[in-house]
Amino acid sequence: MDIRLKTKYLSQKIWFFIFFLSIATICFALGFIIYFLVVRGYKVINWEFLTALPSRGMTEGGILPAIVGTLYLIIGSIVVSLPLGVFSAVYLEEYAKPSPTVTLLRLAIHCLAGVPSVVFGLFGLGIFVKLFGFGVSLLSGSLTLGIMALPIVITSVEEALKTVPLSFREASLALGATKWVTIRRVVLPAALPGILTGLILSVGRVAGETAPILFTAAAFYARGLPRSIFDRVLALPYHIYGLMTEGTRPEKQVPIAYGTALVLLIMVLLVNFLAIYLRRRSRSARKW
Amino acid sequence: MNSVQEVFRIKAHRESAEIILFLVALSSLLFLIGIIVVLFVEGLPTFREVSLSQFLFGRRWYPTSEPPRLGILPLILGSLWVTIGALIFAIPLGLFSAIFLAELCPKKLREILKPVIEMLAGIPSVVYGFFGMVILSPLLKDLFSLPTGLTAFTASIILGIMAIPSIVSTAEDAISSVPKSYREASFSIGATHWETIRKVVIPASYSGLGAAVILGAGRIIGETMTVLMIAGGAAIIPTSFFQPVRTMTATIAAEMGEAPVGSLHYHSLFAIAIVLFLITFLLNILVDRLAQKYHTRVR
Repeated sequence: MDIRLKTKYLSQKIWFFIFFLSIATICFALGFIIYFLVVRGYKVINWEFLTALPSRGMTEGGILPAIVGTLYLIIGSIVVSLPLGVFSAVYLEEYAKPSPTVTLLRLAIHCLAGVPSVVFGLFGLGIFVKLFGFGVSLLSGSLTLGIMALPIVITSVEEALKTVPLSFREASLALGATKWVTIRRVVLPAALPGILTGLILSVGRVAGETAPILFTAAAFYARGLPRSIFDRVLALPYHIYGLMTEGTRPEKQVPIAYGTALVLLIMVLLVNFLAIYLRRRSRSARKW
Repeated sequence: MNSVQEVFRIKAHRESAEIILFLVALSSLLFLIGIIVVLFVEGLPTFREVSLSQFLFGRRWYPTSEPPRLGILPLILGSLWVTIGALIFAIPLGLFSAIFLAELCPKKLREILKPVIEMLAGIPSVVYGFFGMVILSPLLKDLFSLPTGLTAFTASIILGIMAIPSIVSTAEDAISSVPKSYREASFSIGATHWETIRKVVIPASYSGLGAAVILGAGRIIGETMTVLMIAGGAAIIPTSFFQPVRTMTATIAAEMGEAPVGSLHYHSLFAIAIVLFLITFLLNILVDRLAQKYHTRVR
């Protein structure tokens, strides 16, 4: 082999090795983060930690209110984002014809997805907390998070609708069903796994968001579980932040923060895994 | 009911469904406009007290001093520093990984690596911030013997990791969308795989790779909790990467709770959000344009 060809292949080898190293570094970083959180967090987690109320100014006890608060915020945001997201996606995929309005709508969804989370928080503060007078509450937080999750839901439902073959729609229309009946009875059921995936992805995002609830829903000190939608709530992500920045006993608060971070991480990763699994299964099961 | 009426009834039904769906679809646009209106209504009163140039180029941010100094230049520069720092990590790592995934990776390995990248995207920002606070910052503090581990550098590392997933997935998408015939043409004239990647595939996906980088930058600029927790929070004009900085997002998050509603401080935080929103808005439109470019080319 002549020398030029040799250096050519050598440089290819070196570059390909660099590419491999890059992705290895990323995997290593992920492993490193998860390893540390698990190793330092698992000792804290036990049944009491998960089911007890915090006590002594957040230096002892469990994180039940934060878990419950996060669950409530998730449910609340789904109530907002699911109907709006599914109907928007159905319109865009099934009804909309190319027009300036539709282009504008898509641009708006795209831009909404890129709005920084803290700006959503300010929007929630301005509209729900102040203008509508909901105060800093579960309701304001859910609405804010739901709007934030909307672009994710729309995009994934659209993807799901795209995978339903045209022949399904044609078969239904040929039987005399109207377009809306076709969508409701044929298209949406066929797209269900994809819709679920989108929903789960948005749950993963909502569960971990802190900035949007900073001024709309979150509390650090609370006596118990929220009793109405107008109560402030504790939430896992905000609880971590609060434990690290408020209070006066860091030596007792940091271990609790480790435990809380691990609980949140497990929750979010499980949700993400579920989404990935569902997507994969629906892809492989699709024989049409 | 005769059949003509029936047809009309169905037609009316169909149209009402379409109209309702259209109105629901408008909600996204409505929310975007709502965000803009809220930011401007609450933010513009700031400029009754300070001029726009004082606000943007003022070097001091002392919102609670008497009289308040509302110059956000240190905050803009803070955001800029951590963004540039993070991109220095994230661009090579992200683009190289995307090339690996799209061009070199065996299918089986890909099935494992893609979820790993998605997991990285799924970790909440507050968890990244926590990790940076308790693990990374003490580590860097000892390593470089700094007075504090909470610096622009620390934040850049973590933000870089956070930006990687969106860079990788967009870039991989762009590279994969380069038609196979381009590669085959290159191979057929005797180019090696690396030459093909470097001289054919990468130039053909420039717009997509650009979109990936800008998307990553947008993510980093808008990131709040991580920088709030680990960038150190000093509102001074940064002169070194190993110095605490304060970003626009962190300032809003940290001070909104203390600013009395309706005060100048309160309005000025919304004014910061206007600046932040405009930056991310422009970046998004740029991404949109670039993405359209490579999608149309593929067709």
